[in-house]
Amino acid sequence: MRYLRDIGSYFLMIKRIFGSFTKGSVLKELIFKEIEDLIISSLGIVVFISFFVGGVIAIQTALNVNNPIIPKSLIGFATRQSIVLEFAPTFMSIIMAGKVGSLITSSIGSMRVTEQIDALEVMGINSLNYLVFPKIVALSLYPLVIGISMFMGIFGGWVAGVYGGFSSSTDFIAGLQDDFQVFHLVYAFIKTFVFAFILATVPSWQGYYMKGGALEVGKASTNSFVWTSVLIILANYIITQLLLS
Amino acid sequence: MIKVENIQKSFGDEEILRGISTVFEKGKTNLIIGQSGSGKSVFLKCLLGLFKAEEGLIYFEDKAIQNMDEDQQRDLREETGMLFQGGALFDSMTVEENIMFPLRMFTKQKKSEMQARVNEVLSRVQLEGANKKYPSEISGGMQKRVSIARAIVNKPKYLFCDEPNSGLDPKTATVIDNLIQEITHENNITTVVVTHDMNSVMEIGENIVFLKFGKLVWQGNNDEIFKTDNEDVTDFVYSSDLFKKIRDVQLKENS
Repeated sequence: MRYLRDIGSYFLMIKRIFGSFTKGSVLKELIFKEIEDLIISSLGIVVFISFFVGGVIAIQTALNVNNPIIPKSLIGFATRQSIVLEFAPTFMSIIMAGKVGSLITSSIGSMRVTEQIDALEVMGINSLNYLVFPKIVALSLYPLVIGISMFMGIFGGWVAGVYGGFSSSTDFIAGLQDDFQVFHLVYAFIKTFVFAFILATVPSWQGYYMKGGALEVGKASTNSFVWTSVLIILANYIITQLLLS
Repeated sequence: MIKVENIQKSFGDEEILRGISTVFEKGKTNLIIGQSGSGKSVFLKCLLGLFKAEEGLIYFEDKAIQNMDEDQQRDLREETGMLFQGGALFDSMTVEENIMFPLRMFTKQKKSEMQARVNEVLSRVQLEGANKKYPSEISGGMQKRVSIARAIVNKPKYLFCDEPNSGLDPKTATVIDNLIQEITHENNITTVVVTHDMNSVMEIGENIVFLKFGKLVWQGNNDEIFKTDNEDVTDFVYSSDLFKKIRDVQLKENS
């Protein structure tokens, strides 16, 4: 029963986000601030993780392919497929659920605890539009982050493959180009848009409707990570079933 | 002026407000007092429109908030200032940005005009020069004063204060009380203060509403509250040792 109520309240929240809008000039500033907090500040960790995970994928593929019949280009091919189809869009989003999701929940939750959200409401401001809409807009740039993640993952694979002595650069690049389907990129970016919406709204819901004090803000942040991850995994399955099968 | 008629509010089976009717007068500091759990905060939230009362009407001047459409309610809120218990200043903004916030949201003033108004209200709350500080860099008393400045910057008709003295030392509490009263008189605002602080009652209680278990059991001013025979009120007023001793001294002197 509680879950049904929560789902209902989530969709009502979505409706209210797009209700009465905050003044344009203020909204513009908020959007730029959110782009900095949610997108730009995440680039460092995204680049770091993607580069090394790409490298690990290349090494593991190389170590598991000992048969001389199998071409060395498979290393590049496997790295590309793993990074583009799953690692960058899905697993990077789960990592972002920890980084961005916790930030969103704790910042909105702290505002709830310290009555800052009540202050907005008393002033006649649609607090959900003021707080959540700029996050949704900022996270619409999230595919850009995932694009960078894809590039860095493949680059990490190339560095590990070539400089680790597992593959020549020519073989690796041939593998990257082998059986390339543009639709796989389209599929990955469609997923990314859906995950971006989940990343913006689920942690916001957790923070906005939390009750209690500082301890509950921590609990809400944990719940936020758990539920955002669960929904990303579920959405991933559904989208994959719909688009790839 | 705010007129309340037969306000009732429940949470589940629990009745919180049981038919309160009263008038909060313009240009006066109106106090809502009572013990914890008496329904003060719920009453305030009903006045603010944060809670919907199941029964009754709340008139702002001659219009009931229940009969207003969304735009009218938003206009009313723009005419409302609120001082929260913890200040509720926006952590990510400086003092100046906090105070300027309502002006940026609801007016089309130029930056220079807004800046001038911010400096004016900062000066009124005696916080000149604190413009660029963040809430975390100033004391609790200063935060309350910034919150008052933010509440009055847009020249509201109604000012609501939720336990404005909580967490403050007696001297700072008196400064905040006096500031609220002075601003009320200067701007002819209808001010409603929720408190359980008897010092506030003595200092600024021009019209006091006493609640018990969600019912209005007494109404008067700060002179009358010490003379009333109402047992609920005297229980509350003389629950502090200090006031008991003052009463005993007065009784001795009178006899």
